[in-house]
Amino acid sequence: MAALLEIRAARREFATPEGGRLAALDGVDLDVGANEFVTLLGPSGCGKTTLLRAISGFEMLDGGTIRLDGADLAALPPFRRPVNTVFQSYALFGHMTVARNVGYALEVAGLPKAQRDAQVAEALEKVGLAGMGARKPSQLSGGQRQRVALARAIIAKPRLLLLDEPLSALDRNLRQQMQLELKTLQHGLGIAFIFVTHDQEEALTMSDRIVVMRAGKIEQIGTPRDIYRHPKNRFVAEFIGETNLFPVTVDRIEGANALARTAEGVPLHLPAAGRKAGEKITAILRPGDFSLSDTGIPGTVSRAVYLGTDLYLFIQPTAGGPEIRVTARDGAGAAEGMQVHLAHDPARVHVLETA
Amino acid sequence: MAMRRQSVVLGLLLTPVTLFLGVFFLLPLCIIAVFSFLTPGLYGGVEWAFYHWNYGRIFGWADGIIEIFEPIYLQILLRSLSFAALTVMLTLILCYPVAFWVSRLSDRWRLVFMFLITLPFFCSLIVRLYAWLLILKPTGLFNTVLLATGIIDQPLEILFTPTAVVLGMVYVMVPFMFLPLYAAIDNLDRAQIEASLDLGATRRQTFLKVVLPQTLPGIMGGAVIVFIPSVGNFIVPDVLGGAKGLMIGNLVEQQFLSSRNWPFGSALSMIIMTVVLTVLLVGMTRARKAGGHA
Repeated sequence: MAALLEIRAARREFATPEGGRLAALDGVDLDVGANEFVTLLGPSGCGKTTLLRAISGFEMLDGGTIRLDGADLAALPPFRRPVNTVFQSYALFGHMTVARNVGYALEVAGLPKAQRDAQVAEALEKVGLAGMGARKPSQLSGGQRQRVALARAIIAKPRLLLLDEPLSALDRNLRQQMQLELKTLQHGLGIAFIFVTHDQEEALTMSDRIVVMRAGKIEQIGTPRDIYRHPKNRFVAEFIGETNLFPVTVDRIEGANALARTAEGVPLHLPAAGRKAGEKITAILRPGDFSLSDTGIPGTVSRAVYLGTDLYLFIQPTAGGPEIRVTARDGAGAAEGMQVHLAHDPARVHVLETA
Repeated sequence: MAMRRQSVVLGLLLTPVTLFLGVFFLLPLCIIAVFSFLTPGLYGGVEWAFYHWNYGRIFGWADGIIEIFEPIYLQILLRSLSFAALTVMLTLILCYPVAFWVSRLSDRWRLVFMFLITLPFFCSLIVRLYAWLLILKPTGLFNTVLLATGIIDQPLEILFTPTAVVLGMVYVMVPFMFLPLYAAIDNLDRAQIEASLDLGATRRQTFLKVVLPQTLPGIMGGAVIVFIPSVGNFIVPDVLGGAKGLMIGNLVEQQFLSSRNWPFGSALSMIIMTVVLTVLLVGMTRARKAGGHA
């Protein structure tokens, strides 16, 4: 399948106040398929918003190409690109009614009012705002404004919808609800979404693929499970979810498993495939990969945080070294100061080849 | 109790301004209104007898014996209104793009520009207008440069023409247009401009449908602040206008100072005020309606 959007070697540099050059985009390659939900994820300043603005046409590239359906976008001003954006601040037109906001793309395209009205009503219906057309944006709640911005951006049926941290201003419950709605909407519309966020939970919930960015470069592209279970490097591992990183040395191979130890002597079992004794690697285990048991790594619970269904435990290994973060069922009976043992399934250990 | 105390404090705080406006604004206005219906005294001042021919000689019901109807007064009023309207339009056209440009500058340069805009206030208006006189006169800077570069072969007669008056008024009024415009444009949400472009609107459509309606309050504010003093302005036409550039303000000034006909001057003043108020009210309601529908 030919990609809907093809980005090749995209570069964009900014002058820093100190007189240096900062690459906001440093050789980015990315393909987005039709009807795909792709999330650009990274800390602030990683270039994700710059990439989005380069696609919408508000940022020019210093190098590289962006093609949509095979056509180079470089020469097209923003208003000629078949791409629409949901802005972080929503950027609703305050002097217009909700209906006129939503119908704006059709209005400037010269569509007669009667046809516009039908499509506006349909778009408002889709985002759950039927009958609100006569209001002004100032009379709406934050969540409703978000929906107006969404309806306004999808009414012209763009090939690609860009969303610039659109949920960041909403409270947690509403955000989670909108996440699911967005995903449903995207499926129904058959439009590709590129969603920018710095919230890894948001990225995991909604995306078909996640693009993790740092300092203008793509660190990893993959499905949410891929990114979570098999991070390519330390940065991705630490940025996505809670992580325990263990720099270890492989001690010996025991059948299908290998035994490795940290410098302090904390023992870990991991798949033997490809391992050699004496090798220095980094083992990654998520907090949920450990379980409290009678055998395993001995340690003391130094802190227990109540999360509702689960307890979040900080466990100090008896051997020493950094605390291990573990989630356990609230009923497991762990309490601060208790002596416990941590067991883990060797198959759940992800290995980074560098120490 | 607390409410009562608050209103007492508020009353005390508002007393000075109320007294000041009452004595120095409202009272003179009443005096002018009353004087405009009194008989002019022989050597200035007024005689306390009702006299409607002050208005009659302007609007045309003078008897032709005691007072004579002269259409020139209405013509001068009309000229003043059109000069003021022209001043509003020209300052608007000048200031709008500049305000956009300034709002994009860095904080430091913005401050510098704001200082430059207010710089003329540091120097007397009369002095500045005489400088314009030097620039515009046939042997002045403007003509000398144009002659030297060969664009013209005869000096242009600008001084003591309506052009000179409008030019002078535009010069004087630019800061008053700029500041409210700048405030409105600086408040403009840049993301909305991007949103408009993103939704397929051309730059022209974006300007007409988003930028202009959103900056309309600033435009209206600037227009009002420029229009009112322009209509009654007498200093600029006095220095730069000559006979053909005479405005209603000059007429009022003449009535009080040289002709010593205070009631007639008062009548002229009342007419200026009424006309300006009407224009403003009509303009404001129109703009509000347009803003509501846009």
